Formats: sequence, structure tokens, C-alpha cells
Amino acid sequence: MVIMTNGNKKILLDHGSGGIASQELIADIFLKHLDNPILASLEDSAVMDNHPGKLAFSTDSYVVDPIFFPGGNIGTLAVHGTINDLAMRGARPLCLSLGLILEEGLDITDLERVIRSVAECSKSAAVPVVTGDTKVVPKGKCDKIFINTSGIGIVAEGVDVSSTMAREGDVIILSGSMGDHGITIMTRRAGISLDGNLESDSASLHELVGLLLEQLPSGSLHTLRDPTRGGVATSLNEIAAAAGLSAEIDDQLIPVHSEVRAACEIMGLDPLYLANEGKCLALVAADQAENALRIMQSTTVGREAAIIGSLKDGKAGRVVLRTAIGGSRIITPLHGEPLPRIC
Amino acid sequence: MKYLDEFRDKALATPLLEELGRSVTKPFRVMEVCGTHTMSIFRSGLRTLLPDGIELISGPGCPVCVTSASHIDAILAMAELPNTRIALFGDLFRVPGSSGLSLANASSQGAKVDIVYSPMDSLDLARKYPDEMIIFLGVGFETTTPGIAATIMAAKNSGIDNFVVFSTHKVMPPPLIALLDDPDLKIDGLLCPGHVSTIIGAGAYQPLADKYGLACVVGGFEPADILQALILLARQIGKNEAYVENAYTRAVSWDGNPRAQRMVANIFEPTDMEWRGLGVIPESGLAIREEYSHYDAERRLDIQLIPAEEPKGCRCGEILKGKEVPSECPLFGTRCTPGNPIGPCMVSSEGTCAAFYKYT
Repeated sequence: MVIMTNGNKKILLDHGSGGIASQELIADIFLKHLDNPILASLEDSAVMDNHPGKLAFSTDSYVVDPIFFPGGNIGTLAVHGTINDLAMRGARPLCLSLGLILEEGLDITDLERVIRSVAECSKSAAVPVVTGDTKVVPKGKCDKIFINTSGIGIVAEGVDVSSTMAREGDVIILSGSMGDHGITIMTRRAGISLDGNLESDSASLHELVGLLLEQLPSGSLHTLRDPTRGGVATSLNEIAAAAGLSAEIDDQLIPVHSEVRAACEIMGLDPLYLANEGKCLALVAADQAENALRIMQSTTVGREAAIIGSLKDGKAGRVVLRTAIGGSRIITPLHGEPLPRIC
Repeated sequence: MKYLDEFRDKALATPLLEELGRSVTKPFRVMEVCGTHTMSIFRSGLRTLLPDGIELISGPGCPVCVTSASHIDAILAMAELPNTRIALFGDLFRVPGSSGLSLANASSQGAKVDIVYSPMDSLDLARKYPDEMIIFLGVGFETTTPGIAATIMAAKNSGIDNFVVFSTHKVMPPPLIALLDDPDLKIDGLLCPGHVSTIIGAGAYQPLADKYGLACVVGGFEPADILQALILLARQIGKNEAYVENAYTRAVSWDGNPRAQRMVANIFEPTDMEWRGLGVIPESGLAIREEYSHYDAERRLDIQLIPAEEPKGCRCGEILKGKEVPSECPLFGTRCTPGNPIGPCMVSSEGTCAAFYKYT
């Protein structure tokens, strides 16, 4: 069996066996980078102190191809994605699990690069990985590396953030530019290289959310949603439907980087439908909108935040876009994967 | 973004809209031939701003939409052949054949299907998979054909053997003539396709203006371009005049692009072609010349087209002819949606049904 190619060690089926090879992988890769007392105990489950408030619990799986891309990799997404899902309910993320499915033959250096990113993101977010699992499947049964992360968070007393809390008149704020992650992945897959800094926006949002909850008057932050797959268009449709209201947004107020717009023009895509991995939509009581905007813009991840529209009385679930030339059109949810067009 | 933002500017669009309002002296019907025009009119919200008296109807200019069910069936049959790999532009992926199944279904059953962004990418696939036959699905009008001609030439020059093109290429003026010969289609003017015209030139529409008395204006695709073209159409129609005007001079000349025309003529020759909804139109398609038959999927893989029924209840044919609007189709928005399309006009991002569904 060839286990060395050009000096690169490869993942073998043995690494998922639970035996010696598994233990070496845990020691040499996982504990080396993700070290914390709860994980290091290597018990069958993580046991943690109780916290006052309600529990938030979320899970997500990551199968992105390519696994490395400008602005991040599958590991950064796995940490940020689950942290953000917790934060979108107003929860303070407490801890994460990390489940890995590895394809036989994966370069161990690639695995280590991903795990190092997981460690860096979890450390900078102060949300430790407290439990984990690794399986290896035969070559061709998965694509290099699949990751599942689950997370637990605490929702403080009096915090209630959800789509059903959105109210007529609420102002819609987008925390930054739209489509960076989706277009980066699509252009990488297509082998299209463009001038400029096209990169994923992979980032955690819980600190931004924490500031909003801390500094806005209680009850004025109504809804948070991270527009990942399906993009801003689909998230707004979901919010409007849950709230039983119409949303109206203005095309010219929505931040989109020029590189993203250019790539969308070339490929026939609409940035409203592209995935974001470090952005949120916040629906805020109108009298606190400017305040919320200022708080978001004071953070690194929210520096390009913008008010893009508001919720109005109208047909439930309808989203209307005011276009640059002063017309309007309906924004529907995403149907199927965005496909590049013929001409 | 340069060359886009200027033409999407409200400060420019508002006076153009006012001028258009002044130019409409009698109600008129104009067909926008190209799917990209249809999409731009909806996406920019232009439809909600146009003055009274202008009726825009969508024509047969979305190449995916006019691909016949029998061609899609042949594509699905090729996808099932051993050691083949289909390379295609994204829009075709979800177009159903007569069985209701699409390449998306074939892909889920194990067929090898690669969405490419340029036909040249299929030559990279040919190099990467030397044991497979790469079948590029050649779909499109004059805009896309030169690139595909260049790809066939490149395959020949670099000795690539495992690459063929399934040509359903179509050319623009013949279907318009077929439509205009139909006495039921009452239109006063044509908003002629900007992209196609970069290749064939604005002069290609002169026979339509002469024979059918139609005002013909070549237009670009941004809102200001479309408004300018509509102003010129309104003025001609108002004065009962019919000639060809070019409102897209930054891209289109009277004679088009002779080099691209020569490349296409070198590889392809005119052939009768079946159009969805329109039937077989003489000399409306392009077949690969005998000299390049080694790159012709039909000849090399012995593909026979089998006549196929259009999906039951689907009104794409009437919609492509501009005789009906999508909301008149019994399937529209209920059984036929962009997520589960039955007819091709719902699949393509340039399709009339998709535009109506998404933006109204």
C-alpha cells in the first residue's frame, strides 16, 4: 500500500478505525490545535457548567467544493456557520462539536490546514470545540472532507429574536456587502479568474449581535437572519412570510462589491441569490435603526452595513425591489441552484 | 461599474421615459426578439414605468427555449451512452425532454454532465478524460456560434480526437420571417437583438423592414439602451415609416463582424432546423460541414432525431410566437415553476415564463 506520495502523508481507512492510527491522528492533529481541558479529557461526551437563560442548539453540515478558497476554507465555514446560526436567535455561543467524514487518500497536510483554521476561528470567537468524531470512508465515497458542527448557546433572559417578531415599519439593515462567498466559490469552480480581491466573507457575527443586544433598548432588535444559501432574496422572503408582511428594499442601497457585480454580469447571476457566510439581515424598530446601523458599522464585520429597506403592510410574504431607474419588481425565493446562463 | 451604471441611471432614464411618452402618438405592439431584452425589461423594472400605448411581446430569441423536445431527447440518449461526458451551458441542465426528465435527472442517475462557461473548457475536459467522448451541446444563435466554431478549429489544430459538438445552432432572421408570415401576429415593430447583431450586423433586418413594413431598431440591453430603442420605434411607427435604425452603435455596426461570420461559415452550413413551438423552419439552423464531420456528434455517434411531443398542456409554442402571455398557460405557476419546469420558457434564465414568474 502506498501511504507516501511525494512525501505527503495520506489519510488511510485505519485513521477512522478507532485504533492506534486514530489515536495518533487525535494527538497529532486535533489535540495539537484544538486543545482545551474539556476536549483533552477524551471522554465520550463533554460535560459543562450550567448557565442561566434558555438553551439554543443548532447543527449544520459543510460539503463545500473546493475546500480551500480565497477568504477561508471548509473549516472556517464550519465554525462561523454554526456560531452564526446560534447568534441569529440572539444566543451567546458556548461551545461546538466537530464531526469529520474524511475521504481515504486525503492529504494529512490538507486536513491539518483545515483543523488549524477551525482552531483559529474557534479561538478568536472564544467558542471552544468540546467534542468531536472522525470517520474515514473509502476513496470516492465522499469528496475529500465533510464536516458537521453543532453548537450550543445561551439566550439571556428577556431576549426574543425571531422572524415572527418582525413588525410593520421595521427597518431592514444588511450588515455588509452581498454575494462575496457565493461568487468566490462559483468562479473558483468555473476556473474564472478576475482582477480584484474576490474573496469569501466567512466570519462570525456573534460579537456584532452581542453589541446590538447590549446597546439597543430591550425589545427593539426584532429579527436576525444570516442569508447563506439562497441569499438575501430568499431570507427576506422567509422573514416576510413569517411576519405576515411585505418587504420593500432599494436596489441602490444594497452594498455589493464591484468585483462581485462584475462576476455576476459575466455569469448571468443575481447577487441577491448568492450565498453569504459572514453577513446578517437585522430587522430593527424604526426609531432605533440609525443607532443599530452605527453599532454595526463600529465592528469589523459590519463596517459596510447599510439600511436597505423596511417592512410594510401588504401582501404577506411579498418582497419588492425598487430598481435603479425607479421601477419595481418582485423578488421571489431561489428556485434550484443558480446556474450560469448561455449568453 | 463602467458601461453598466451609466445606462441604469435614474437621472438618464427619467428624461428618456418622458421623451418616450411624448414620442408615442398612437398605440403600438413591438416584439422584443431576444431573451436578454425580455429579462432586462423585467429585471430593471422598466415594465412598470413604460407609458401607456406600448405593448411589448416576447419573441423566440431565447436559444434554450426554442430547443425542441426531440433534440433534448437525443441529448438525454447521448448522456446514457457508455464513456461519454456531456459539456453544456448551465441553462440547459434542467430542460425536460418529452419524458419529463432532464439532464439534471440523468446526472443524478450517474450520467457525466459538466456545466462549462466557455466551449473551450470542453477541450480541457477532453484532455482530462482521454478515455471518454466529450459531447459539447452547441445551442445558441449567432452570438455563441463563433466561439463554438473556434473550439472545433482548436480541437482540429491540437489533434484532440475525443470531442464532438451536437449542433442545434440556430440563425436569427428565418424564424422572424416564419412568424411574420403568420397573419395572426400583428406587430408594428421589432426591437432587434443587440448581441446577435454584433455578429450579423444591423443590415440583416433590412429585408424585414422592406417586405413587412416593420420598424426595426437594434437595441442594447441596459434600461437606457432599451428606452432609446423604444423612442426610435415610437417615432417611426408614429410616422408610418419602416426602416432599420441602430441604437446600439457602441457594439453593433451595419455589416457586423465579418471575421466571426467567416469562422462560422468555415465550419457550419445552413440546414433545416426544428424549433420548439415553431416546427421545422427551412435553413434556420447550422450543421457541421462534411469537412469537420469528425467533430459532429450526430454523424460520429450516429444520433437520429425522433419526433417528440411537446409536454401536454404546455403553451411554450404560443408564447414563443408572441401569441399568448405566460399567465394564459394552464400550467404556469402551478405545475410549471422555475424549480420544477415543464416547458423550456420556464427553465432558461432568459425565458419569458421565468421572467414573468420571477419578476411580476
